[in-house]
Amino acid sequence: MSNTLGILGRKLGMSRIFGSDGMVIPVTVIQAGPCPIVQVKERSRDGYSALQVGFEDTRATKLTKPAKGHLDKAGCGYFRHLREFRLDTVDGYEVGQSLDLEMFSPGEKVSITGKSKGKGFAGVVKRWGFRGGAASHGAEKIHRNAGAIGCNTKPGRVIKGKKMAGHLGARQTSYKNIEIVAVRAGDNVLLVKGQIPGPKNGLVIVRKQQA
Amino acid sequence: MDLMKKIEYSQMRMDIPPFKAGDTVKVHVRIIEGDKERIQMFEGVVLCRHRGTTNATFTVRKMSDGVGVERIFPLHSPFIERVDVLSEGRVRRSRIFYLRKLRGKASRIKSKNAWDN
Repeated sequence: MSNTLGILGRKLGMSRIFGSDGMVIPVTVIQAGPCPIVQVKERSRDGYSALQVGFEDTRATKLTKPAKGHLDKAGCGYFRHLREFRLDTVDGYEVGQSLDLEMFSPGEKVSITGKSKGKGFAGVVKRWGFRGGAASHGAEKIHRNAGAIGCNTKPGRVIKGKKMAGHLGARQTSYKNIEIVAVRAGDNVLLVKGQIPGPKNGLVIVRKQQA
Repeated sequence: MDLMKKIEYSQMRMDIPPFKAGDTVKVHVRIIEGDKERIQMFEGVVLCRHRGTTNATFTVRKMSDGVGVERIFPLHSPFIERVDVLSEGRVRRSRIFYLRKLRGKASRIKSKNAWDN
């Protein structure tokens, strides 16, 4: 799934549209690109080949001095977000060239990466899908508990990796095989079917999938 | 959010006439069977309108051989050929679910014009 080209975007929210057959399609609206190439990394020089792209203009005063120096060198503006796309070959790409939604077409399947919504400290029912206890039949105070977590004297410890309560969400998540419903290149807007990770206005990376 | 509105407005139909709960409407529904297409009518009283942009719906209730039938239509669906407003009803509520419990004479709705007189 790596080594494919993609584009940075912002999740605008969800809606529903009517497809060509009249059926309702749930869509997520993503404002994506244009992403100018800030740096081309080559295997001979950098040890790997990748394209570094910028997204969302910002002011120079918002950047650190090293970041400003880096972007001055590219000379295509200042960006809030920089991300790299590792590619097998970077032939034909040069600094200043802009990546936009032209690379996607409706019906294509893409992979979308984002940071999922933070759920805080979550119990086992929410976090791992445990069934919990009975709601009634005399059940007392054990409605959403995990139950037993191991054996007795042998082995005398809890096995590593046991699913327990803990922090859930707020981590990088990728959804694969998301279908593109529509591409509105004029508005830099992408409509994909179904949901994608993260809150509204969250940064997402839309990647092409290897055929 | 302007882009969201732009996308949603482009999906909405502006040719549906305004109507409210209590109105009697005739919905012309496009039915696709295999490769043939025909229009079916659904005539009844509007029970409620669910507001929204592209996900707005309305519920129509009719009595069919003594059995109450309700259908929920997405307001902006391309399957709706046309909506005719047959009469405007005078009701005090925006959602007239009480109609489900009424039968016969009790379930009549006064027309708006009759109230004015």
